[in-house]
Amino acid sequence: MILDGKCPSGPLAEKWSRHRNDLKLVNPANKRKYRIIVVGAGLAGASAAASLGELGYNVEAFCSQDSPRRGHSIAAQGGINAAKNYPNDGDSVFRLFHDTIKGGDFRAREANVYRLAEVSNSIIDQCVAQGVPFARDYAGYLDNRSFGGAQVSRTFYARGQTGQQLLLGAYSALSRQQAAGTVRLHPRSEMLDLVVVDGKARGITVRDMVTGEVSSYAADAVCLCTGGYANVFYLSTNAMGSNVTATYRAYKKGAFFANPCYTQIHPTCIPASGDYQSKLTLMSESLRNDGRVWVPKQKSDNRPVSEIPDEERDYYLERKYPSFGNLAPRDIASRSAKEVCDEGQGIGTSGRGVYLDFADSIKRLGQDAIRERYGNLFEMYERITGEDAYKQPMRIYPAPHYTMGGLWVDYNLESNVPGLFVLGEANFSDHGANRLGASALMQGLADGYFVIPYTIANFLARTTPGEVPSEHEEFRKSREEVDALTKRLLSIKGTRTVNEFHRELGRIMWDNVGMARSQQSLERALQRIPELRAEFWEDVQVTGSGAELNQELERAGRVADFLEFGELMARDALQRRESCGGHFREEFQTEDGEARRDDENFSYVAAWESKGVGRNPELHKEPLEFEDVTLAVRSYK
Amino acid sequence: MDLTLMVWRQKSADAPGKLDQYAAKGISREMSFLEMLDVVNEGIVKAGGDPIAFDHDCREGICGTCSQVINGVPHGIEERTTVCQLHMRHFKDGDTIYIEPWHGKAFPVVRDLIVDRSALDRLIQSGGYVSVHTGGVPDANAILIPKGDADTAMDAAECIGCGACVAACPNGSAMLFVAAKVTQLASLPQGRVEASERVRGMIDKMSDEGFGNCSNHYECQAACPKGVKVSFIAKLNREYMKSWF
Ligand SMILES: Cc1cc2nc3c(=O)[nH]c(=O)nc-3n(C[C@H](O)[C@H](O)[C@H](O)COP(=O)(O)OP(=O)(O)OC[C@H]3O[C@@H](n4cnc5c(N)ncnc54)[C@H](O)[C@@H]3O)c2cc1C
Ligand code: FES
Repeated sequence: MILDGKCPSGPLAEKWSRHRNDLKLVNPANKRKYRIIVVGAGLAGASAAASLGELGYNVEAFCSQDSPRRGHSIAAQGGINAAKNYPNDGDSVFRLFHDTIKGGDFRAREANVYRLAEVSNSIIDQCVAQGVPFARDYAGYLDNRSFGGAQVSRTFYARGQTGQQLLLGAYSALSRQQAAGTVRLHPRSEMLDLVVVDGKARGITVRDMVTGEVSSYAADAVCLCTGGYANVFYLSTNAMGSNVTATYRAYKKGAFFANPCYTQIHPTCIPASGDYQSKLTLMSESLRNDGRVWVPKQKSDNRPVSEIPDEERDYYLERKYPSFGNLAPRDIASRSAKEVCDEGQGIGTSGRGVYLDFADSIKRLGQDAIRERYGNLFEMYERITGEDAYKQPMRIYPAPHYTMGGLWVDYNLESNVPGLFVLGEANFSDHGANRLGASALMQGLADGYFVIPYTIANFLARTTPGEVPSEHEEFRKSREEVDALTKRLLSIKGTRTVNEFHRELGRIMWDNVGMARSQQSLERALQRIPELRAEFWEDVQVTGSGAELNQELERAGRVADFLEFGELMARDALQRRESCGGHFREEFQTEDGEARRDDENFSYVAAWESKGVGRNPELHKEPLEFEDVTLAVRSYK
Repeated sequence: MDLTLMVWRQKSADAPGKLDQYAAKGISREMSFLEMLDVVNEGIVKAGGDPIAFDHDCREGICGTCSQVINGVPHGIEERTTVCQLHMRHFKDGDTIYIEPWHGKAFPVVRDLIVDRSALDRLIQSGGYVSVHTGGVPDANAILIPKGDADTAMDAAECIGCGACVAACPNGSAMLFVAAKVTQLASLPQGRVEASERVRGMIDKMSDEGFGNCSNHYECQAACPKGVKVSFIAKLNREYMKSWF
């Protein structure tokens, strides 16, 4: 099937405003008759639920945490982009659009990306109005910093905790709607199934994580805002509770999964220290503004930093990418780190690490200026490693961080299943094959505050409210399926823990579907994952019952999905016989080791349709057409 | 290193609870406290038992989900550190560690170390926001904010809503939590407009929810993993007085 992204016609800069004029509206008096389900309360979910509630819809919101203030978005550190051009350094909506499309290695939809850049400014205005305490200068104006992949300063930030402040802004808007009674929030609730009736999304099935009760909710539309799937790698920078279950189960119910192989490995994380390691901690990319990345020129050089003179250091990013230097985009910075470590120049006991050094900046700007900018990050680093980064360089290494792939959506953020909308990191829409720093927060809030309120109305206006009640047969079936899965997991009583399986899967994914992939490694993964899955269903040990708070059971369900999803990722990576963005196929590289894209054959979105476990999914393509940018080799040299 | 853990186990809100003993063996100094508990839990599961339930998510000290009283101190003895950021190098071989859930009337136990903190959300719902609609707001630089005020707002906004302040307070008061939100919004022109209703709404709600009063013990500040200061409580009191004039 050739998929249609339903991008509006007309000049790029007018598409969104024209489209908005064409979209149908719902009469204010009718809005409360429509029930909308919002799953996930990160930035996308919280902003969507609040905005839809404000408009008068009847919103049921679900989140797995005990409070929506704890959604995974809270952990974002560095900042959020917008095309304000406050510093007068040449930024514009077009330039933000262009940087994002180029940063994504020309694998995203032009119209979507342009709209993202276009609404970016409204996001900053909105957040300031909510009381988000962005950084300011002494005259009281908003301050900006630079981020990878851009030559302008367009990133707004709130110390090193921008995600927290933006999420608390959205959470406060959501709280206001809860008080007003337009949003009913169900915390500690995990969506375990999408209910589809006659081809349309009509509700969800949820497990109450405290009592274990499984119940269904019917609605006129469902918005999934459940984040990304980087935890398929076991170790990632994502929160422990982040998972693929909601989107993957929607996929099994007919929604297409797009570009699952596009994953982002973040260059600056604290290296792993042992087998017990449960997650990896990101050190914000903003640190690369003032930190210089290097390794010793000599292999296996164990000398302390102070004894390695400058001329014996390889500042490899500055050397290879003179114009972007330490601010080279993430995929490039990560791969370069892997390369120097593969060459034997890596540091630390494992040899999987590089230095991020602030000595020069401290000399130039003083320690206070550095503390003002990154104080909390330095503190975090010290808390974890016991090392003082004002005195010695940080040790960093790449780690899985963000996933560009997600459920396929059209320009209206609607999936191929009518009535199912997907927002934020959970969809695939805006970042192509690589996301630029500070653009995920922008996208989550763009989707939730400024896109979905318009596009969902257009869908609802053509729907009779409450058409399918929750007594419908399909809801009962869905609950039975969920119960059956729980029973099955609890009945195995094997010898290995859920965590052991997850760790093993992570190792397979990292080694074979990680920073560099090849036909051989992908075929290995495609063989190993089903084997491991079979072992899981024979030998996993999940204790306790389904009718109580049972964290092992929660994890088991998620890992069961990752064990299927990993295969889809590998399959997608195998069919994409080119290198682009975060997807690097060793067979497809230029002589100097850069990614070699193949626009002639691969300028499409790969959207997968499930055909059931163990059967090959079907690939559908959405061709990508570029009217306003010229496809070029992405050079940061 | 080898440790002995005394852990609060409680099946559900109405079930009785008690401290159970566990051995944590072969723990490395680099592990985080929660990774140590992961190791213990894997052992419990392998033996067919119910693992210790505890809340956690980001493991980066920012989501405020983790919440354990360690040796009598919320989040443990390390200053400005959440449980998830506490590392085992601060313990030594042979130590006995007591691990309990947050205390406080407003925080009933859900299971083991997990408590119900929804009262904090209800405090925010009673006024901890600016009543702004999506869209239709002025340009972000239209209203200038002196850097000092923006910094004060940010200092207060550091709060991660973990509830350690309540758990540490002998009166189970949520004053520091409310003070942080009130100070953040009162320091900014955007939040000034509703300052009076906000502070009154939140203070009233605090007593409805069963939180105690502040009698200046300052335990909250000591327990706060983000260094939110009691001086904000003074600000809260001033705002509250002001709201009546
Ligand atoms: C450490 C870190 C730092 C980052 N820094 C930046 C930055 O500086 N700038 C930037 O732009 N981006 C940054 N990012 C990326 C950005 O934070 C995320 O991409 C973005 O916040 C995702 O928002 P979201 O609302 O789509 O999803 P999330 O915030 O992931 O929210 C989804 C929520 O849904 C919940 N959920 C999942 N499944 C279910 C289910 N079945 N039922 C119920 N609930 C469910 C999850 O627990 C989660 O809380 C960072 C990411 C990380 C990990
Ligand atoms: S788990 Fe998020 S603060 Fe500890």
